[in-house]
Amino acid sequence: MPSQAYHAPATVDEAVALLSGEPDARPLAGGTDLIVQMKSGRNAPDAIVDLKHIAALSGVHRNGDGFAIGAATACTALKNDAALAAAWPGVVEAANLIGSVQVRNRATMGGNLCNASPAADAVPALVAAGATCLIAGPAGEREVPVEQIPIGPGHTSLAPGEFVVEIRLPGQVAGGGDAYLRSIPRTEMDIAVVGAGVNLVLDGSGTCTAARVSIGAVAPTVLLVEDAAAALIGSKLDDAALDAMGKAVSAACNPIDDKRGTKKYRIAMVAVLARRTALIARERAGAAS
Amino acid sequence: MNAPESKRAFRYVGTRPVRPDGVEKVTGKAIYGPDYQAANMLHGAILRSPHAHARVRSIDTKKAEALTGVKAVVTGADFPTTEHIIMAVGESSSDLVHLSRNCMAQDKVLYDGHAVAAVAATSDEIAREALDLIEVDYEVLPHVLGIEEALADDAPVLHDDVFTKGVNPTPDKPSNAAMRVEMGKGDPEKAMADADVTVSGRYTCEAVHQGYIEPHACVSAWDSDGQVRIWASSQGHFAVRSLTAKILLISEADIRVTPLEIGGGFGGKTTIYLEPVATLLSKKSGRPVRLAMSRAEVFRASGPAPGAVIDITMGANKDGMITAVDMEFKYHAGAYPAITAHSGASSALSHYTIENSRVIGWEVLCNRPGTKAYRAPGAPQSIYAVECALDEIAEKLGMDKIEIRLKNAARPGDPNIMGIPQGEIGYVECLEAARDHPHWSAPLGPNQGRGIAGGAWGNYGGPSTAQVSIAEDGTVLVTTGSPDIGGSRAAMAMMAAETLQVPYEKVRVAIADTSSIGYSMVTGGSRTTFATGLAVTNASNEIIENLKGRAANIWEVNASEVAWGEEGAVCLAEGKTDETMSLAALAARTTFMVGAIGAESSVNPGGFLPGVGVHICDTEVDPETGHAKVVRYTAIQDVGQPIHPDYVEGQMQGGAVQGIGWALNEAYLYNDKGCLDNPGFLDYRMPVASDVPMIDTVMVEKFNPGHPYGIKGVGEVPIVPPLGAVACSVSEAAGVRMRDLPLTPDRVHEAMHPDD
Ligand SMILES: Cc1cc2nc3c(=O)[nH]c(=O)nc-3n(C[C@H](O)[C@H](O)[C@H](O)COP(=O)(O)OP(=O)(O)OC[C@H]3O[C@@H](n4cnc5c(N)ncnc54)[C@H](O)[C@@H]3O)c2cc1C
Repeated sequence: MPSQAYHAPATVDEAVALLSGEPDARPLAGGTDLIVQMKSGRNAPDAIVDLKHIAALSGVHRNGDGFAIGAATACTALKNDAALAAAWPGVVEAANLIGSVQVRNRATMGGNLCNASPAADAVPALVAAGATCLIAGPAGEREVPVEQIPIGPGHTSLAPGEFVVEIRLPGQVAGGGDAYLRSIPRTEMDIAVVGAGVNLVLDGSGTCTAARVSIGAVAPTVLLVEDAAAALIGSKLDDAALDAMGKAVSAACNPIDDKRGTKKYRIAMVAVLARRTALIARERAGAAS
Repeated sequence: MNAPESKRAFRYVGTRPVRPDGVEKVTGKAIYGPDYQAANMLHGAILRSPHAHARVRSIDTKKAEALTGVKAVVTGADFPTTEHIIMAVGESSSDLVHLSRNCMAQDKVLYDGHAVAAVAATSDEIAREALDLIEVDYEVLPHVLGIEEALADDAPVLHDDVFTKGVNPTPDKPSNAAMRVEMGKGDPEKAMADADVTVSGRYTCEAVHQGYIEPHACVSAWDSDGQVRIWASSQGHFAVRSLTAKILLISEADIRVTPLEIGGGFGGKTTIYLEPVATLLSKKSGRPVRLAMSRAEVFRASGPAPGAVIDITMGANKDGMITAVDMEFKYHAGAYPAITAHSGASSALSHYTIENSRVIGWEVLCNRPGTKAYRAPGAPQSIYAVECALDEIAEKLGMDKIEIRLKNAARPGDPNIMGIPQGEIGYVECLEAARDHPHWSAPLGPNQGRGIAGGAWGNYGGPSTAQVSIAEDGTVLVTTGSPDIGGSRAAMAMMAAETLQVPYEKVRVAIADTSSIGYSMVTGGSRTTFATGLAVTNASNEIIENLKGRAANIWEVNASEVAWGEEGAVCLAEGKTDETMSLAALAARTTFMVGAIGAESSVNPGGFLPGVGVHICDTEVDPETGHAKVVRYTAIQDVGQPIHPDYVEGQMQGGAVQGIGWALNEAYLYNDKGCLDNPGFLDYRMPVASDVPMIDTVMVEKFNPGHPYGIKGVGEVPIVPPLGAVACSVSEAAGVRMRDLPLTPDRVHEAMHPDD
């Protein structure tokens, strides 16, 4: 690792200045992707801007009915916020599937999102939940849906000097429930071969009135599959609806053969996982209504 | 399960005291290979081939040498020309030229990661920067990775001087078939034709890495007088000495190797990779040089156990008597000839008595790192096929899977495949223990299957030296030449305490460097507790005789009138029977008057016995995803007399888990250029803790009459049965016979849904 400049700004403005000032500066959150990439020589930024010393970027805060999660908040800390875990169990579980306890004590959802891996575990759950990002940059602040951040493996839509300040989740509505599942060869310490996040709302009769279905590791970016949601909406999640949803996610995905799984297996698995995830979300939605 | 009460009345042997090296290790203070620092040390780094197979046209090191901070650069040209002599490498052996070229390639690189040059510099960063400045001109050659592909007529041939060994007459064309072995007896062809039932199948498994936590590392110092000091972690520092000496043409007495703590080896650290390179860098730079592999280097360039393709046909009569076995297996040798096929062939049927058999084994060269020992080298693969075939026969006959094994089990006195009668092996007892274990009769849940498999490994004796001396206060010092991998310091202290009849806490164990004690073979082959333990016991007994003599002199009686017990020397002479003298008193009184109390013993014992085991595995298969999860696992093994049962059970559990990894997920993944795509633990999927249930252990204690403490080697057997046990279990759970390991979710899914 050749030597780099290391900055630890205390405010968002300082961080924006540093990130726009250096030609190849990189934000650093937990470092569980970035440092590994630097050590392997895959990534060699000139400067590191550590976001962990900016007070506003740490912790889970109430934001109206919903939540604002500082981009430097470690995944483990999400579990400790009872209200967040009750409202968005799927998101909190997804973030706490990442790596191991040691990794999660450092790793953040912001890093998971901005690393832009198609297999990032927190992202499908966030997309299904309808999360947004607050972004700070030289041109000021803007808020965009999470699914608009990754644009391809390792690439984001963030402009030079921009970084994610917080991830915002709406309040979970009555009758709403979310879930995330992934498939890995082992039980932990693996990268998702397939991932699926589902968030849905049931009315008093158990009919699905709203749904978002998102899939990971089966395309260059995490996908929000509207056809899959449409298959669920208006149904009671009977077999026919779940089958239709499964077909929709299999049709939407565009995977590759790689060392983590074959294309064929991924296409078959995404339907299985989405179905199982939807059933957990239904459980939760039922309990919440 | 805990050990049954020891059948013999031992005071320490068979108990579970705290290990003497434990505190330093759990507090992170013990010095392992990569931790060691020498004063004024330089940092080395190795440039490795990015090609699977290439001719090295030239290497230009000028720019690297000119970089500030670089003190030495070494390439294959710096290595002396050695002769083609066969060197012992742990339990195996290798051609010296191949050993040398594996440390540093000369005209050809044979695998992705093969070392081509090395640098020593004042910092690690400079050394790595210098690597980028070395220009290697490669002529890339076609490569071959698979066994069958490497045997094809048009396959690229790795070595032009390797002609198949074991074929008569030796072929005149070089090939990738490095060796053929054949063993057998009776008339398998006729017996097969006469059999009531037969099964045939092709079984495959992948090459797997030992996965030790500590990467290879050493520091070497070429002193100004031409003597060399090396600090390294290995399974045997005498092997480091002899291999380094032979490769560099230095006499063995001029190399002093100091063993550091070792963080796992499993057979993979019975050879050398770095020491000659560090030594040459030190010679050129005049300073000590450290080399340590990264995890990626360990995966790319150190030797795994071979993958295999095994064809087997087995025949039996209606009663389940196996009448014939005909098998041919081919093992991955990797880049250099290995001899694992030999033990693969001799082990394959060793736990059964089968009248008619033919076992043919091949070693096949390919563009992967040269294979090395990994726990019972060669046995897990061939026995995997044998145990699965037996499972298929039992299924065909509708016979209980333990009954069929009991029917064919080798018993003491039965001749093995080479006609040698078996010793006191406890395979029958293990099978009975399996049958009686609650696991065997427990009901299975939905989507679950149960597999059972046996296995054996020959174990070894081999040369060991131990010194025992008594300090002036009567405390005991045991010194050996055997690195402690699995708790052998504790075992040595226990055997010394037992023999001398002193408290365990009064015994301290040191592992001496190669200049401070006589030759000891590697810690490997499940031999150390057995052989080094014998040397410790012998030396302790010699000390007792000496002390009896000293006491006799003091009491003015005959030495024959002195006994030795817990109290120390006890006088048996008439009128003096209440006289006793403790070890402490004897040491205090006689050390200065008579001289130091100590003894050395060098042994090379026969009397070692094979280890045998039986494993029961339950898996649950997710029919929709193909995931196979091990839900219950029991390892049963004839362990002789366990010295420290915790460490025996630890070996059984560790070996079982490694075997489960081999069966379920571990594999080397190469890209189409022949480069390793998963050189790290993220995608080289060894089991993590949550992947395995608690491994239950049952120690069958069949005393070895050939050892004073009844020891049998225990460290290697436990990796032998899991491949078959897991494969048979998953086959039952999935409802389809699975013959290709690893049983990854996508493979199991494919087998369960062939029409999708
Ligand atoms: C052993 C191990 C196991 C792992 N297992 C998993 C797993 O199971 N699932 C999974 O999804 N991932 C896994 N990962 C990857 C990694 O841990 C996660 O992606 C993690 O969430 C990254 O977060 P971080 O805070 O450490 O990111 P960092 O490494 O700090 O940053 C990652 C990238 O995002 C950028 N970045 C970080 N924060 C911001 C921000 N606020 N604004 C803009 N850009 C930013 C960085 O510049 C960098 O490019 C694993 C990693 C390791 C080492």
